[in-house]
Amino acid sequence: GGSLTKLAYYSTVQHKVARVRSFDHSGKDIENEPLYEISVQEEITARLHFIKFENTYIETCLDFIKDHLVNTETKVIKATGGGAYKFKDLIEKKLGLKVDKEDVMTCLIKGCNFVLRNIPHEVFAYQKDSDAEFRFQTNHPNIFPYLLVNIGSGVSIVKVETEDKFEWIGGSSIGGGTFWGLGALLTKTKKFDELLQLASKGQHTNVDMLVKDVYGGAYQTLGLSGNLIASSFGKSTTADKEFSKEDMAKSLLHMISNDIGQLACLYAKLHNLDKIYFGGFFIRGHPVTMRTITYSINFFSKGEVQALFLRHEGYLGAIGAFLKGAEQDNPNQYSWGENYAGSSGLMSTSPDVYPMQRSRSGTFDMLEMDRLERPLVNLPLLKDPSTYIPDTVDLTDDAMARKYWLTCFEEALDGVAKRAAASQPDSVDALERAEKFRQKYWNKLQTLRQQPFAYGTLTVRSLLDTREHCLNEFNFPDPYSKVKQKENGIALKCFQSVIESLDSLGWEERQFALVKGLLAGNVFDWGAKAVSDVLESEPQFGFEEAKSKLQERPWLEDSYSQWLERLKEGPPHKCALIFADNSGIDIILGVFPFVRELLSRGTEVILACNSGPALNDVTYSESLIVAERIAAMDPIIQSALRDEKLLLVQTGSSSPCLDLSRLDKGLAVLVRERKTDLVIIEGMGRAIHTNYYAALKCESLKLAVIKNSWLADRLGGKIFSVIFKYEVPCK
Amino acid sequence: VFPWFGLDIGGTLVKLVYFEPKDITAEEEEEEVENLKSIRKYLTSNVAYGSTGIRDVHLELKDLTLCGRKGNLHFIRFPTHDMPAFIQMGSEKHFSSLHTTLCATGGGAYKFEQDFRTMGDLQLCKLDELDCLIKGVLYIDSVGFNGHSECYYFENPTDAERCQKLPFNLENPYPLLLVNIGSGVSILAVYSKENYKRVTGTSLGGGTFFGLCCLLTGCSTFEEALEMASRGDSTKVDKLVRDIYGGDYERFGLPGWAVASSFGNMMSKEKRESVSKEDLAKATLITITNNIGSIARMCALNENINRVVFVGNFLRINTISMRLLAYALDYWSKGQLKALFLEHEGYFGAVGALLELLDSA
Repeated sequence: GGSLTKLAYYSTVQHKVARVRSFDHSGKDIENEPLYEISVQEEITARLHFIKFENTYIETCLDFIKDHLVNTETKVIKATGGGAYKFKDLIEKKLGLKVDKEDVMTCLIKGCNFVLRNIPHEVFAYQKDSDAEFRFQTNHPNIFPYLLVNIGSGVSIVKVETEDKFEWIGGSSIGGGTFWGLGALLTKTKKFDELLQLASKGQHTNVDMLVKDVYGGAYQTLGLSGNLIASSFGKSTTADKEFSKEDMAKSLLHMISNDIGQLACLYAKLHNLDKIYFGGFFIRGHPVTMRTITYSINFFSKGEVQALFLRHEGYLGAIGAFLKGAEQDNPNQYSWGENYAGSSGLMSTSPDVYPMQRSRSGTFDMLEMDRLERPLVNLPLLKDPSTYIPDTVDLTDDAMARKYWLTCFEEALDGVAKRAAASQPDSVDALERAEKFRQKYWNKLQTLRQQPFAYGTLTVRSLLDTREHCLNEFNFPDPYSKVKQKENGIALKCFQSVIESLDSLGWEERQFALVKGLLAGNVFDWGAKAVSDVLESEPQFGFEEAKSKLQERPWLEDSYSQWLERLKEGPPHKCALIFADNSGIDIILGVFPFVRELLSRGTEVILACNSGPALNDVTYSESLIVAERIAAMDPIIQSALRDEKLLLVQTGSSSPCLDLSRLDKGLAVLVRERKTDLVIIEGMGRAIHTNYYAALKCESLKLAVIKNSWLADRLGGKIFSVIFKYEVPCK
Repeated sequence: VFPWFGLDIGGTLVKLVYFEPKDITAEEEEEEVENLKSIRKYLTSNVAYGSTGIRDVHLELKDLTLCGRKGNLHFIRFPTHDMPAFIQMGSEKHFSSLHTTLCATGGGAYKFEQDFRTMGDLQLCKLDELDCLIKGVLYIDSVGFNGHSECYYFENPTDAERCQKLPFNLENPYPLLLVNIGSGVSILAVYSKENYKRVTGTSLGGGTFFGLCCLLTGCSTFEEALEMASRGDSTKVDKLVRDIYGGDYERFGLPGWAVASSFGNMMSKEKRESVSKEDLAKATLITITNNIGSIARMCALNENINRVVFVGNFLRINTISMRLLAYALDYWSKGQLKALFLEHEGYFGAVGALLELLDSA
């Protein structure tokens, strides 16, 4: 680019993963043996890195690339943007690679499609002077068609219809270069950033002729807005008056922003499009220009079109050039996930927003994306994928909730670091890594206090996910592996007696006991601070005790009677999809007995567990071992597994929460094949922090115990209040 | 009752049309009060009024029949900032004693209403700007320009050698897009005499050209700004497609000569130091004109109209802009759109106001 270099590269990252493997138990004393073996292994995953820095550091950058070019097959480097021409010789000489120049617009659009598809909350609307300046949008399942308005020195307006089909439909010569060039002439200020600074301090009404200047005071009676600009620079039509630099810069900014907004609206109307994304150096990270463009779009479209911006707009060209270069590997066939640990947040380099950070990191900015092993898709049962929002509370919006949760995560941090260190007693550097983790996550939390919008909509889920990413970065892939192992072992020992006591009950009592079991199991959640305190001080805290802690009916949210009625009167469900939560008592004594009852009714069950570890949540591989062991004790489970009436699948996620718009494709296929007509979501993370308001096409059951007194209070209950939400979609 | 005036008080200029009856009978002459006579004499015997008022003699419409009276229509303009002096003069000449209605349109009709009342003891009849504009355009086009066509276009606008101004018959005018370029720009879609709508407008208009020229070149009149522009070279100031891509940008079908970034070369210090004031004036003119052309073209496409009529005082003695508009509309629409112009550029609002006066009488 003109002043910044954006580098995209692909690397393989070696990191530790926890694996579980079933022992061969034949002839062994299984009483005293752990249930399964845990091993930490090295795994190699693919990661995309994006780095942005000032052009002055280009040589340092090239040295870096040279040192890291592990693949000697590499013969070419893809480059785009104005600098691709400027630095061609330097790059070729330093790296000994051929520079392959790629078309700027093609790269931009490829990059744009990529981030729209892979980064949730990539898109935002900007509203200055509102509580949440950045309003992030949920990704629409279909990103096309859209209008991309790139405001560089000029303006290009491109209509994008499919992955490969896009068309330049127009443009304007009045763009960033006009602001810069004309601004420099008028104000004798040389730098673009300084011009913007000037503009933000100026009063355009001293230079522009407003409607009220033409109409006098009468504009109100005519229903006109007196402050509208009738003629830009209309007051400077005189040789004998001096105008301040600030005022002229402001007038110029308005003139150019309004003009671009107007043209964009005209093009959007002509092509019948309602999504306009703005990018280019005029926009990039500048609240001032985002504000004026937003105003203009609102004005000219009469609110029908929204000006949208992209979090990673500055990287689009580099991402696109990379994708061009990697075409034979077809990166688009994979799903990618933003790694919060390795990415600096939105506007991390903007002096307007965060001067402290700028002085520390310069203009260095980065983004990392991990290649996910399997593609992610929407749950086919979502009522309206385009309006589905996983998260219940938007912390960017809700300042009180934000304050509470940030403090909550800060307070829990020492404990999390300690437990991470303790989970690797044999490692010499565990303490040191745990401290690094603590520092990193602490810094992320501080950034989020200042810039809640840094990584998209701030939610409890994003806070939890960021913590998992940071733990992984410092090689704590699964701090709870041993805890889970132990708990699974203990719970399995109780399984048969729990089943016996359930079977001794009458039908109606049994249904209630099963639900109570599910809820009680859910009390065992190390993710919730209140519970981890109790568990650490009272290791004997048992299943029965948990039940006694539960709120008596009527519960805080209680549609149990309707559920019971449904079971009693309605036909058995065809297939139930269950999203499991915790290891140990939850999965073994809560979920499995419930599954067993569903199977007995003739309902098939798809049991979905996380692909990767998060807190003490049961992982898919752990669930396989647990299921196998239960099958050995229980003929119903055994035959269901054998006949594929009970199917264990992975969610594709490693989060303690649940995003129903990013689920493993295999799961989605199965859900459709088996004609799933019931979805059960359990646990605070999956049923309250997320999906509490999720609307599905089929019946659903959301149940959880609230193990956080602040949240309980917010929902109008007390700690250990019960949520039992049975919903039937309206016809 | 004479005198017959139509007034359009814009943001920058006041446009005044005056009907001079030529069929005054001896009897009438006898009865004509002294005031009225002196106003008629003053207006028709001068071509300049005070230091800033100008009568556009070349636009005068001769032997016009209006409301059964024969006479000449005069076109006069002066800067809006001289409005107080104008009212003062009216007061001194005891205009109010004539018991005539003064029909006025434009924003200034509202802004100066109070001044007219208090200083001139005159009650203004305020009229809608767009109604007057359309009325004026349709009327003047229908009566023609002293036997010539009021409306014209440029043939072969894309070919500098063969480009020529030719009359255009606007007998069946509808639908048309009317682009009025004053200090700012208003764009109207006109479907019939009564049926029209304001499509949009832009604040980048004549005032912007002149205002920026004053700041960039230190000029002090519109004429001076245009004169400088005619001697300048905008390609020194603007960044063209070929400056970026070395030639045409084929991927998007952009010709090398197209402006990629207005004032784009001025990002560089060296180039800022090497351009002349004339170059800057020319670039300003080209920028504003191209932008108006581009917005007008988009409106025409959205409204599905292929005739675009440009009016307003920005086009006065401004052949560069007219040719450029004709060229740009033709080129970017691949010949689908036609740019039309009218001889009486900025006076249609004032004419409309005069017609309202006669209609109401």
